[in-house]
Amino acid sequence: MNDLSFVRTEMLPERDPPPSTTGVIGWLRKNMFDGVWNTLLTIASIGLIVWVLGHILPWIWSPTWNAGSLDQCREIVGASGKASGACWGVIHERWPQMLYGFYPAELRLRPTLAFFLLFIALIPVLFNMISRRMNWFLLALVLFVATFFTASSALMIVVQIVLAAAVLYIGYTLVANSGSDRAEQIAAGARRLPNPLIFTALYVFLMPWLLWGGTIWTPVGAALGFVIGWLVFRLLAPVLGTLTAIILAFAAPVLWWLLLNGLFASAMHAILPFGLEPVESRQFGGLLLSVTIGVTAIAVSLPMGIVLALGRQSDLVIVKSLSVIFIEFIRGVPLITLLFVASVLLNIFLPPGTDFDIILRVIIMATVFASAYMAEVIRGGLAALPKGQYEAADALGLDYWKAQRLIIMPQALKISIPGIVSTFIGLFKDTTLVSIIGLLDPVGLSNSIRADTNWNGIVWELYGFIALLFFIFTFSMSRYSMYLERRLRTDHR
Amino acid sequence: MTTLTDPPKESFRLSMLIYDSRYRSMTIQIVALIAVLTLIGWLISNTAQNLADLGKQPSFSFLGESAGYDINQRLIDYENQDSHLRAAFVGLLNTLLVAFMGCIAATLVGVFVGVLRLSNNWVVARLMTIYVEMFRNVPVLLWIILVMAILIETLPAPRAFRGETPEASMMLGDSVAFTNRGFYVPEPLFSRGIGDVHLFGEAALRFDVSLDLIAVVATFIAGLLISGLITRRADRIQAATGDRPRTWHWKAAVIVIPTVAVLAILGFYLGKPELQGFNFAGGTHMRNSLIALWLALSLYTAAFIAEIVRAGILAISKGQTEAAAALGLRQRRIMSLVVLPQALRVIIPPLISQYLNLTKNSSLAIAVGYMDITGTLMGITLNQTGRELETILIGMLIYLTISLTISFVMNLYNDAVKLRER
Amino acid sequence: MKKTFILGALTVAAMSAGAASAATLDDVKARGKLECGVNTGLVGFAAPDANGRWEGFDAAYCRAVAAAVLGDPDAVEFVPLTTKTRFTALAAAEVDVLSRNTTWTFSRDVDLKFEFVGVNYYDGQGFMAPKNLGVSSAKELDGATVCIQTGTTTELNLADFFRANNISYEPVPIETNAEGQTQYLAGACDVYTTDASGLAATRATFEDPSAHVILPEIISKEPLGPLVRHGDPEWGDIARWTLNALIAAEELGVTSANIEELAAGSDNPEINRLLGTEGNLGEMLGLEADWAKNAIMAGGNYGEIFAKTIGESTPIGLARGLNAQWKDGGILYVPPFR
Repeated sequence: MNDLSFVRTEMLPERDPPPSTTGVIGWLRKNMFDGVWNTLLTIASIGLIVWVLGHILPWIWSPTWNAGSLDQCREIVGASGKASGACWGVIHERWPQMLYGFYPAELRLRPTLAFFLLFIALIPVLFNMISRRMNWFLLALVLFVATFFTASSALMIVVQIVLAAAVLYIGYTLVANSGSDRAEQIAAGARRLPNPLIFTALYVFLMPWLLWGGTIWTPVGAALGFVIGWLVFRLLAPVLGTLTAIILAFAAPVLWWLLLNGLFASAMHAILPFGLEPVESRQFGGLLLSVTIGVTAIAVSLPMGIVLALGRQSDLVIVKSLSVIFIEFIRGVPLITLLFVASVLLNIFLPPGTDFDIILRVIIMATVFASAYMAEVIRGGLAALPKGQYEAADALGLDYWKAQRLIIMPQALKISIPGIVSTFIGLFKDTTLVSIIGLLDPVGLSNSIRADTNWNGIVWELYGFIALLFFIFTFSMSRYSMYLERRLRTDHR
Repeated sequence: MTTLTDPPKESFRLSMLIYDSRYRSMTIQIVALIAVLTLIGWLISNTAQNLADLGKQPSFSFLGESAGYDINQRLIDYENQDSHLRAAFVGLLNTLLVAFMGCIAATLVGVFVGVLRLSNNWVVARLMTIYVEMFRNVPVLLWIILVMAILIETLPAPRAFRGETPEASMMLGDSVAFTNRGFYVPEPLFSRGIGDVHLFGEAALRFDVSLDLIAVVATFIAGLLISGLITRRADRIQAATGDRPRTWHWKAAVIVIPTVAVLAILGFYLGKPELQGFNFAGGTHMRNSLIALWLALSLYTAAFIAEIVRAGILAISKGQTEAAAALGLRQRRIMSLVVLPQALRVIIPPLISQYLNLTKNSSLAIAVGYMDITGTLMGITLNQTGRELETILIGMLIYLTISLTISFVMNLYNDAVKLRER
Repeated sequence: MKKTFILGALTVAAMSAGAASAATLDDVKARGKLECGVNTGLVGFAAPDANGRWEGFDAAYCRAVAAAVLGDPDAVEFVPLTTKTRFTALAAAEVDVLSRNTTWTFSRDVDLKFEFVGVNYYDGQGFMAPKNLGVSSAKELDGATVCIQTGTTTELNLADFFRANNISYEPVPIETNAEGQTQYLAGACDVYTTDASGLAATRATFEDPSAHVILPEIISKEPLGPLVRHGDPEWGDIARWTLNALIAAEELGVTSANIEELAAGSDNPEINRLLGTEGNLGEMLGLEADWAKNAIMAGGNYGEIFAKTIGESTPIGLARGLNAQWKDGGILYVPPFR
């Protein structure tokens, strides 16, 4: 009766969207040719890219890798009938020098190892998503691989076997148990691997030893200084009160380092000689020099920056103004003037007869420079912390230092990590300035290399290579920093 | 149990300096101050001792001695018999010149790139990303050297402009020449000029100020002010009646006519550069070192500014854009009336620090031989006189002053545009 | 906070490592290494090769001094220095001797308190111009753009020359020789001025050296030589007489090839005194008797070093010119070893 229905009872089958809005064509239309203006822009951009690549690629594609001098390059390029071409022979001959400078060729394993270990030491600080087992596994693996590059001896073989066993064992547990299994095991009382931060703390002493060599007892003695400071604090704090104990706990290690550490190291070395062949900092060069200056300066400037940031935030007028004056002065002058100070003035400021070598002086000034910037980064972190955190710490009855140590700093530092990374990137790029005061970093070396009659007249290849080196480093760091920023943001909100 | 009585008057004991929180902060501060002063005193005494050993008493008299070297790029007159102080002053002006030009160019490029990075056009957005990453991740020193090398290698030498069939030719009606020695552009000249004012007589810091230029600039600014008044009147009328009168022709008239009139009275003409002897003569010569430094610094800083601008725009919540769109504003007006004014507040503080960075990075001029304050005072003067302590000290103080001034001025501006929270 | 102390540890290590004193010789011996300041890179005079070994005319002198003092020509720590840092580094005892193509001038000797120990290369400032510029004399350079290295005496000489001849010029300051070369080749400057040796060395590496001329005017005297600090005459003597020994060896025909033979004893008493088989010259200097023999064996005599590093058989191809022995028409004339 009511056959007439005005409403469709069954749906029509879905139809494909018009081809011009999907797939490659749709994407192109939406993103590149959306309107006249956009089309013009796209065409202009593509034209620019083609033009630039059209000039650069033929130049780069030049079979001169094995040339021994610029003249040979010219011959090869001339024979291939091109007007101009790159001369890659210089990179082929000099890249080890660009990376390591004058570091003795047979010892170059050491800085390389220090470099890889740096990442492993940083993992627990920066990547908190890797499990402990993974961390220890990587450490054992790197050490194991490194042993293959050392001269073989009976001791080395034993070390190799031990490391191989460690790699296999930790690797096996990694493969055998997933993360949640492992969590259950731990809950059931399984023993956890030690915190990898232990290695990070050790690395602080390991790195200078690997780079500069010398007896093992110097870094051991330096580490002992901390133990002494900690003991002084622990023993004296109940007797003399916290503040006095803190002051003494700072003073005692300083005395130890200045007066006794040298004696300790030489005495222990006489008893139990063990060390690496010393390398003077003068022999550092190339990228190794940049990385050494950058990493050391940032690592040392972190605690200085914390102190300065706290000083700037404090309500003690004199402390505050001293911090402000220091920070603003350093931030107000260009790094190059500080490097001039390092190269020509620092020795005048120190007691007559002191003779730091230039690289150490540059590291000192770079540290001073970085600490002012670091202080501002950390101050930003402190300021970003909600006021409730400070008040809660007060409400718990924590004193200033306890509040800082347990509540404020861990959070503020975490917020500051992206800022710290970008300060590091900036400093790392700025290490090229040392070429102006005659240190042979990659840029400085490029001048020295051109003073070789074989390579006199080479410009683009060297600069391009250096630019690429820096780009790889800083680009990956900045990507990592961005990733970290995203992660931290979700954690925080 | 508790009784409200005055606390007993304690007699002051020495230990209270440490244990009593009223005095403790004072104690800490005094200890810190004494420590710092001791450190400074120690440094100074070392310095005095060392300088005495070297037989170099600190003295600033070298500043008055004749410099003996020439400076090519200069804003004020200078010759090699002038004093070191004069050379330093030339250098200082050069620093300020490149910093000023750099800040402007970097802002323009930075805003342009920052906005384009958010473009819907995939190619353009990618291209801008490549630009930003390329410039941000390579040291500025390398960029300066590279830009200099590019300028030198790709542009024609002046001798290419010579001959019957020159390989290169001047542009814009033979008035501009791009050579690898720099850019030659026409200079403004006045045939009936009213002359210059000589400030500071014959002192090292003397400089001339062109009255003609002042007259022209003053007229122009007056025109701008009047056009501002016209805008305000238009606003009032719009507020009262809802119609906005057409004002652009009035504005153009009050700005252009008086300025042109003053120019005509002063007999304005352009001095074009001409090929003469080895070089171009006449016109203004912007040396290749200046151009290279300027380009490199502005492109490098622009990459950072682009990121700041992008972040600033992204920080404005989408609701703002949508609300503006709902009010019927057009795309361009949304950007200029709603998004940018708000984004500006986010952008300005980091922008200030980029300006500061640019100014400080201009000290890398030394790498391309641009004679800024680092190149003159802390460069050649230092080398010729051997006065390291004095020259570097003065140089640092000058940079400090510049930096503090920039941050002071920019902070004033920042305070002016800051969100007034109620 | 722990990290502060790397620096602390390093500081202590560095402070115990070296302290300068007046007796440079004792310092060098105690250190077992000579610290020698050289150019960061100047073709033919000092440049590191692919293995990081410094080579060149100035570097060879450093090796000779190390050989004379320590008996080992490789006991040298080369310290690359810029024009800005060279004098401070020497004054602050960062280097024991500066062998960095430095012009001996009154003010450097007297006012900056250094002691030039002699001249190892007589140079003079010249100009190089492309042939097609059509210039045959520096006096025709009115209005020209001149590339010039900053921080050296050349800058002042240039200003003086143009002022004296009342012609104008446009200076283009450059930091390094390599940079100057690029600018000059691209035509960013009309002429390039530096020491004539540097011009020749630079021209030699051009793709077409014959397209460039070195103008006849030499506008200054540039006696280049090694220098030491004021106030340690004994060390100055060692540096001076090592240089003299190299030059005298050439004059006397002592080469690295025949030195072993001659050291066994020869008919010429001066050679015997020089090589330590007669007399006690070494002892007077506070060195071993065979100091000069070691110095000469390090890289050969003056002539050999010259030929190997910058001479006519090298790409740089400098003629001896003024730097020939006085017998051969040059002005190398060393005091007798007696």
